Amino acid sequence: MIATKQQGRVRQALRFVQKRAVDIIMLVVAIIWLVPTVGLFVQSLRSGADIGQSGWWTALANPRTLTLNSYIRLLSQPTMIRALKNTFIITIPSTILVVGVAALAAYALSWIPFKGRETIFLVIVGLQVVPTQMAFIPAAQLFRLTGIFGTVQGVIVFHLAFGLPFAVFLLRNFMGNMPRALLEAAQMDGAGHFLIFSKILLPLTMPAIASLSIFQFLWVWNDMMIALIFAEPANAPLTTAIYSQMRTFASNVDVIAPGAFLQMLVPLVIFFVFQRQLVDGIMGGSIKD
Amino acid sequence: MSARTKGIAAAQMGRRSDRKRNRLATILFLGPAALILGLLVYSIVYTVGRSLFDAYGGFVGIANYKRVFTEPRMLVAVRNNAIWVAIVPAAVTSLGLIFAVLTERIRWSSAFRMVMFMPLVISGLAAGVTFRFMYAGDPNVGFMNAVVQKAVHIAKPPGLYPGARLSVDDFAIAVDGAFESKSPVAVGQQANFAMAAIRPALVPENATELSVPAPVADGISGVVWLDFLSGGRGTRGQPDPGKQGLPGIRVEAVKDGKVVGAAYTQNDGTYTITGLAPGEYTIRLSEASFRQPFGGYYWLGRDFIIPALIIAYIWINTGFSLMMIGAGLSAINRDLLEAARTEGANEWQVFRHITVPSLMPVVMVVFVRAIISVLKIFDLVLVIAPESVQADATVLALEMWNAAFGGMNDHGLGSALATILFLLILPVMLSNIRRFRLEQ
Repeated sequence: MIATKQQGRVRQALRFVQKRAVDIIMLVVAIIWLVPTVGLFVQSLRSGADIGQSGWWTALANPRTLTLNSYIRLLSQPTMIRALKNTFIITIPSTILVVGVAALAAYALSWIPFKGRETIFLVIVGLQVVPTQMAFIPAAQLFRLTGIFGTVQGVIVFHLAFGLPFAVFLLRNFMGNMPRALLEAAQMDGAGHFLIFSKILLPLTMPAIASLSIFQFLWVWNDMMIALIFAEPANAPLTTAIYSQMRTFASNVDVIAPGAFLQMLVPLVIFFVFQRQLVDGIMGGSIKD
Repeated sequence: MSARTKGIAAAQMGRRSDRKRNRLATILFLGPAALILGLLVYSIVYTVGRSLFDAYGGFVGIANYKRVFTEPRMLVAVRNNAIWVAIVPAAVTSLGLIFAVLTERIRWSSAFRMVMFMPLVISGLAAGVTFRFMYAGDPNVGFMNAVVQKAVHIAKPPGLYPGARLSVDDFAIAVDGAFESKSPVAVGQQANFAMAAIRPALVPENATELSVPAPVADGISGVVWLDFLSGGRGTRGQPDPGKQGLPGIRVEAVKDGKVVGAAYTQNDGTYTITGLAPGEYTIRLSEASFRQPFGGYYWLGRDFIIPALIIAYIWINTGFSLMMIGAGLSAINRDLLEAARTEGANEWQVFRHITVPSLMPVVMVVFVRAIISVLKIFDLVLVIAPESVQADATVLALEMWNAAFGGMNDHGLGSALATILFLLILPVMLSNIRRFRLEQ
């Protein structure tokens, strides 16, 4: 009796597994994908000694060992506070400039007829995939010449240059798809380009601008390579400030773990709040409908 | 002047002022972007030109390029980039394809997508730090090795007495982690093993003082003990009273390389292998009893650093392929799939003959984007690879940075490395341009 009951239960379980096989596989995949982030988060709440001695998963069974001390220590370090401030000082202007300059250019490329318009657009299409390395050396020389090498301005200008092609491309595609009649009607009424741009096109382009802004913000926020070259230590954003602690990784884990988590917190919040726009922004450059 | 010509003149005048207005607007709207894009184009031209000169500005032709393909460290970078391109784009694209198809079959697909997209917004630095922790060498500290250790221990559990040695080598010798009698032992005789180098903490609690078993007629018996008495008492290699037996060791009787009988030692260290045909057998203490626990791979060492980096990259970027291919998948005509199914095609045929061909364009886009991204790989290598293995993990972008800004200050070599990256990406750039020219 008991045996048949057990057999029945096993069979039931097997049937469940079979029916839910895809769900189970995907659940495992999802858990695997979550582990690194969760791991870093838990590490950031542990003491340096704990991090060096045992795995972060042991802390889950023993949550009383978790503390905010690392964060408190981190945020009492003047260099880290300055790095956090620098990150904003670099990211916000870079984003605004890229979006602003690109919106103007996209308008010209889609609604003002002039000679060479197609050529310029094709150059922009091409520039999108150029490796940043191609500009490091000339930009460094140019920045030294103008005295902005090592400064926040230099970093911003570099981000502006490499953010523009994609930004113009995205916004031009969006603006180009606006109904022609709308603009012609406005022109008939005697509206100039600035009026049409600011009163008609800009409001209509807002969805694309939102996507682009989020995308650009994240791009600059997460950059390490450009800051490594163009920002001197006093102007370093979080990424390079944390990186400079990694030379002695083992002894700095209690700064690196909370620092890295703090650095990724802003992108994560943006991701959860603006997922829709972000996905549109990432895909906008690649899929044309 | 008739009313008609007046009208035409006015229109022409209007057009002329229109053109003027347009020219002014073009300058104002496009000016800032044009200036910066112009600088970008200038940079490209400059870097290509600069690659033909040495660090001090003397013309050297293609010597910098020769250096990239002859200097050992550069060659490692070239080789590594080749490995990345050969493996990673195919991996992230196929994973994205698989997950995209599977997400269509679960009800919580948006949650799954969210989990997979999340790493896309994380910086190379943060992802790198995350994986530095994941890759810690000690299985008690690093998650990767903890998982690998679990798996290895299921297949090959660690022994009770890892690291044990023979106390004396007159009777037995060590062979591949096991301990064997030097000469065969006849049935009815005894085989005793004196062991050393076992920490007291490793001796099980149920272990008791050793005893010497009686010989058996149809088998071989003996005792395995810890050859140690406190205060230096007793004789080495002798089963003195007071020494502890070692329980739980598998003892095997071997004839012609085959195990023909086995037994486990008791609490007092004794064992008896019975049922042996008359004759002589090699007596062996199984390697399984002395196996060391799996110590973990050295992920951050030279042998594993590239797979370690690739795993981190895949973690970050699979979400992108999933997103793109998923969008492509949802654009496939449902009716077509249904029609095929009602015609009797099975799921695999539907996938193979309808889904895959219709996804081909987007799969190619994803694949090409992955190649570009892999060629430019930089942050991850710099953050995950410790300095001691950076020479083994290096890639072109990292060498470019090293050459131009990392002390060498060789702008010629740096420009050559950048130009090589540029040339590798150039075909993609040209095909993009051609595609858009056709569209216009």
